[in-house]
Amino acid sequence: MSVGDYIRGSQIWKSIFRHPAPVDRRNRVVVMLTNFFLHLHPVSVKQQGIALSYTWCMGGITFFLFLVETITGVLLMFYYRPTLEFAFNDILALRDVTTLGIMREIHRWSAHSMVITVWLHMYRVFLTGSYKPPREFNWVIGVLLLVLTLLLSFTGYLLPWDQLAIWAITVGSNMARATPFLGYEGPGAQLLNIGGYDLITNGSDARFLLLGSRFVGEATLNRFYILHCVAIPLVVSLLIAIHFWRVRKDGGISQPL
Amino acid sequence: MTHLTHNPDLTSSVIYGLGWVYLLLFLMNAYWVRRSYAVDGNFRLSLGGILGKGEQIPVAAFWAVYAGLLLMLAVTHLTGANNPLQFSLKMPEILKEPINRASNPVAFFIGSTAIYVLMIVLRKWWTTPTAGWILLNLSILFLALSVTDYDFRQIVGKPDNVPIVAMLYIVGFFTWLYFKKSVDNDERIAAGRPLFEQENNEKVLTWPDLVYSELICMVLLTAVLIAWGIVLQAPLEEPASAAKTPNPSKAPWYFLGLQEMLVYFDPWMAGVVLPSVILVGLMAVPYIDFNKEGNGYYTFNQRKFAVSTFLFGFLPLWVAMIVLGTFLRGPNWNFFSPYEFWDVHKLELLNNINLSELFWIKGLGRPLPVVPPGATFAQQAPIILLREWLGLVGVAFYLVVLPNIMAATVFKKFYVRMGFLRYMVLANLMLMMMSLPIKMVLRWAVNLKYIVAIPEWFFNI
Ligand code: HEM
Repeated sequence: MSVGDYIRGSQIWKSIFRHPAPVDRRNRVVVMLTNFFLHLHPVSVKQQGIALSYTWCMGGITFFLFLVETITGVLLMFYYRPTLEFAFNDILALRDVTTLGIMREIHRWSAHSMVITVWLHMYRVFLTGSYKPPREFNWVIGVLLLVLTLLLSFTGYLLPWDQLAIWAITVGSNMARATPFLGYEGPGAQLLNIGGYDLITNGSDARFLLLGSRFVGEATLNRFYILHCVAIPLVVSLLIAIHFWRVRKDGGISQPL
Repeated sequence: MTHLTHNPDLTSSVIYGLGWVYLLLFLMNAYWVRRSYAVDGNFRLSLGGILGKGEQIPVAAFWAVYAGLLLMLAVTHLTGANNPLQFSLKMPEILKEPINRASNPVAFFIGSTAIYVLMIVLRKWWTTPTAGWILLNLSILFLALSVTDYDFRQIVGKPDNVPIVAMLYIVGFFTWLYFKKSVDNDERIAAGRPLFEQENNEKVLTWPDLVYSELICMVLLTAVLIAWGIVLQAPLEEPASAAKTPNPSKAPWYFLGLQEMLVYFDPWMAGVVLPSVILVGLMAVPYIDFNKEGNGYYTFNQRKFAVSTFLFGFLPLWVAMIVLGTFLRGPNWNFFSPYEFWDVHKLELLNNINLSELFWIKGLGRPLPVVPPGATFAQQAPIILLREWLGLVGVAFYLVVLPNIMAATVFKKFYVRMGFLRYMVLANLMLMMMSLPIKMVLRWAVNLKYIVAIPEWFFNI
């Protein structure tokens, strides 16, 4: 008996996998049903639905990049402290001295890639008409995921706290100042006043809500850090779960009717 | 702009790097020679009778000659890197000059729109493998040559900009693939044959058919990401300083299309209203597209309107605007040609004029109605409305009356099939999308700044 067979025959192995290796038809079916991760997929699929030239694999790649971001992001969180005192220097140290500081590179390049792949995924879903009934609602969830992907990228951009970061966020968030009614330089904001007191000032408008301050400062760093590391990822995870669930419930990858 | 000597067009590492690029391109084309030999067949060459009745020459011979040239280029670069000053293989000035002179926002937008139109019209021609291959080779050669320009390299070579270059190739490839598959399916439909997606469409087991490809994909991607991380360092500039505003200040690259819109619209439009309209519009897509055909397969002919609209929004208005905002907008958001130095002192004359000024001053020869300082809202309103009446009427016409006219004319079929509400959503989304090109054209044609200019209320359109 080989070592491999011994291990696969042991009680521990069997307790984890519950059935023999997926080498024959029966066990290839069973593995899809009993494995937590694999049961995301159906047991069998149509050939064209998984053809690379049809799906471009872009949804899957986006999901993979999201996982890469989660893992490298958690590792970065062990090092990085989101305060004016430490933020920049922690990133500098990641570059110059920290072992596995390459995690930052992987995190950043994956983030850029994820923005691109989510666009391409949308592109292919559109071009195959896969948003048509019965998949309309999953497309809507997809658009939400698109926005959240961009927001994840945007909030993360601030964290290195270098010139690139704060000015990009300043330029981006200045737009909020012009929100109709809710920004203090937006049309209609002047109308919102009570007895001569403006309700919308630069200390109470949409931009202030976003930045936690009148300018991009420590409060902003804290706010963006929490949005980036906790709030948005939680929502994205939930939406991805629903998205995948709906792919299955809507009849799997789209096919000609 | 004259160049200082310490800004060399060529350095050893550039030449060396290009050597590897040409080597890669040679290998790719060596493969292509083989493919061409197998599938492309022969042509007859008689050299005007020198070869008598002529010789049968495989088309692959062309590619072989080209590949040979690439190999020579590669060797020259890889061995000539020691002496960059004497190295003469670079983008010639006679090419740079006209490109620089022809580049401006107008040409850029018209060019990208023209490519968009040609892409659709010529879809049968440019989707053949050979045409795709030629386009790929041309674009790589253009990029490789351009890299020999110092200013070009400064912008395109920024670590954060590298993904955008990659994106251009990827988007280009998938657009090519889409049209290729659509042309194929459209021919099948016309001939009454089954769709590509309906052939060979047996059920297969997820393990191994899908699970293995996912695994391979993950391994490859991991390798790519690690390699990318090693080769290219993530950018880190000076520590943040609220006192030192960089010029230009740019939003993250994926928002640069929006930042580019700031040239034509105020922040409340470019930064808030139009992005919201884009998102709402995207979410509305499944509910306003009533066409039941083209669900679950690639086709163009069955969905001409939907696909053309989406491609117009995605390619010239989104991707091309990002390219413009990233690579061609420099200090003070001035336009810079691809091989131009980003000069902070470059002056661009801004003599833009509002519609109300055109109407009152140029048209009637009278001064603008003036709002007295310190006026209350109730005192301001009539004067402002009088001053801006033409623009306000124009905007109202555009958003309220025009959809109705379109319903009775060009969009009649749509209106009948969609019903009032869905039609109105579609029409307004279309008009919102077209507002950007319309304002661009007005700006270029008559220097129009605002159609409605009410700075008193932060309400400029
Ligand atoms: C974080 C972002 C996203 C992830 C991780 C994700 C993931 C996936 C995956 C894995 C699939 C299976 C098929 C495939 O890979 O193509 C899928 C299908 C789908 N996605 Fe997404 N997606 C995301 C964003 C979006 C966006 C932005 C849209 C559209 C606006 C969208 C719309 C859809 C639709 C309609 C389907 C069903 C397509 C079909 O059945 O052919 N998703 N998604």
